[in-house]
Amino acid sequence: MDTVLVLLGAGLLEAMQPINLLMIFLGCTIGLLIGAMPGLGSVNGVAILLPITFLVPPTAAIIFLAAIYYGAMYGGAISSITLGIPGASTAVATVFDGRPLAQAGKADRALTAAAVASFIGGTISVVLFTLFAPPLAEFALKFGPPEEFALMVLAFATFIGLGGDDIPKTIFSILIGLVLATIGLDIISGKPRLIFGDISGFLHGINFLVLAIGIYGIGEMLWTLEQTQGKVTVHKVKMSFARLFRNLQDVRHYIGTTSLGSAVGYFVGTLPAAGATPASLMSYGLAKTFSRDPDSFGKGNIAGVAAPEAGNNAASTGSMLPMITLGIPGSPTTAILLGGMIIWGLRPGPLLFTEHPDFVWGLIGSLYIANLVTLLLNLAFIPVFVKVLTMPFTILAPVIFILCVVGGFAPTQTMHDVWLMFLFGVAGYFLRKLNYPVAPAVLAIVLGPLAERSLRQSLLASQGDPLIFVERPLSATCIAIAVLLACYPLVRKLRRRSA
Amino acid sequence: MTVRTAELVMGILTALASIGLMVKSAELNIGWIEGRGPGSGAWPFWLSLGMLLASVATLVRWFLRVTPESRSTESYMTRDTALAVGTSAAAIFFLLLATHFIGLYASLILFLLFYLKFIGRHSWRLTGILTIAIPVFIFCLFEWALKIPLPKEFTEPLFYPVYDLMYS
Repeated sequence: MDTVLVLLGAGLLEAMQPINLLMIFLGCTIGLLIGAMPGLGSVNGVAILLPITFLVPPTAAIIFLAAIYYGAMYGGAISSITLGIPGASTAVATVFDGRPLAQAGKADRALTAAAVASFIGGTISVVLFTLFAPPLAEFALKFGPPEEFALMVLAFATFIGLGGDDIPKTIFSILIGLVLATIGLDIISGKPRLIFGDISGFLHGINFLVLAIGIYGIGEMLWTLEQTQGKVTVHKVKMSFARLFRNLQDVRHYIGTTSLGSAVGYFVGTLPAAGATPASLMSYGLAKTFSRDPDSFGKGNIAGVAAPEAGNNAASTGSMLPMITLGIPGSPTTAILLGGMIIWGLRPGPLLFTEHPDFVWGLIGSLYIANLVTLLLNLAFIPVFVKVLTMPFTILAPVIFILCVVGGFAPTQTMHDVWLMFLFGVAGYFLRKLNYPVAPAVLAIVLGPLAERSLRQSLLASQGDPLIFVERPLSATCIAIAVLLACYPLVRKLRRRSA
Repeated sequence: MTVRTAELVMGILTALASIGLMVKSAELNIGWIEGRGPGSGAWPFWLSLGMLLASVATLVRWFLRVTPESRSTESYMTRDTALAVGTSAAAIFFLLLATHFIGLYASLILFLLFYLKFIGRHSWRLTGILTIAIPVFIFCLFEWALKIPLPKEFTEPLFYPVYDLMYS
């Protein structure tokens, strides 16, 4: 425990370096803005802005992107409450009670509760993160290629078992992401693979950012254009010190349920397919279950705003736990962060703790600071963020499209990748309209090369015997859980039929 | 086209794409190479086969009308949606196409003019400010700060005075 406190102290000092503090402020502000805009969430912001992080050292870069992630979780509530449109799917549950409160002229009360609850969720989860990360990373050091592969199978199985989407479409999404990751030079034999039409641009493979920006930049904006047609109405927010002070007193009504929701949200966030959206819904459900007045939920109960916000913030920190300790992302946003770490020359996984402690503990330290910074920024500038929402969509959309184009060009500096990004964006839009989940594809393209390498190394070691995955206790456990998870929807269906 | 028809078309397209990927993977060794493990085509081949099976499952579910999409008789894309989404997609397409001929910055100016003035119907003043400010911001961020040169094609000589200022 003492060692953890010493390392955390060093991490906090690292996070307080001027460049890192600047990144925290910038990231939190950008995250709040991105989260507040309908249709845009942390994943869009992180995907679109990752290319510009080449400007700073890796620690500052991950701190910047993690701060965006954090800020966006706070910001999602702003549009849920004032527009009635969730800033991101993670803030869907915030609309249930946030919108009625805004319609009753209490938008400021709802926004304050959202900010304070996000802070509670963030604080509880970052403490849990600090406690769980080092032992998990130490445990993961025992993993060899079979365990690594089994862990990735487990990550993909959670999408099938817990994702809640159409199963064949989810499987298709995972597999196409993995196939796209194989394009280019084979990592073991060095032979070119799947080079369509002998186009040389495919030789360097498909950078995960090309798919991520295509889907979460171009595809998402086209989707938002369809959903909103650019027409939204903003509820006005009146804010003053007196009102803020009065609103802060509401905390006694929701501190208990938000704390519980935060802990649950954290653990839900660590599961790859679950993430912040189900965490916020579960937290909302818990608050309603334990409420003395459950009937008031959905009609403007302040605890109904606080609970999902605490849950989604806690889950966002939770999703970083498997990313940092195991090299398995817990959400689409952390999948992109993980890809970024590979670009910066780091190998995500347990060795990060021993090889780059300043990076890991700097990130953990920054989470504590970012949590406080986002709370203060949020409370101080709520009217400014609300004002930004009045920006016409016809200004926001071209800016995002342009950032996508230059962001798609930056990693490899070829127009080939920009065209691919555009194609992925359009294809992602059409697939999404038919309920094909796109997040598994992004996770798969990031994990694809690691999964293939560990599979081939394992098979080579066992002379082609696939039983290697069930003969070793750790990998056998992961595979068993993966099989159970993959079969879970079938069991659920059979139980429903028999009932 | 109804959502149900679109589901069928997409199922067929994904199945065909999977077969294409299987054929392409099979051009490499998909078997076991002694001392080197699985051939380089094995992993993508089996993944593509999985994609094909998932696509067939979607088509079977379409036939049995299991999913909401396979039952929906709603329009896949209304006229308004096609116009809103299609115009933006076409604008990006021409932005990329024009970049090959006149470079990115000149294309950005045309793209912004079109988007802000003709789609957004903003004032000439706002359109003018943003049409200049956004490419300047992109130039400063990418070329000056990140040192990533963006494509300029035949407009490159126009940037020589700026390069002189940047690197002097």
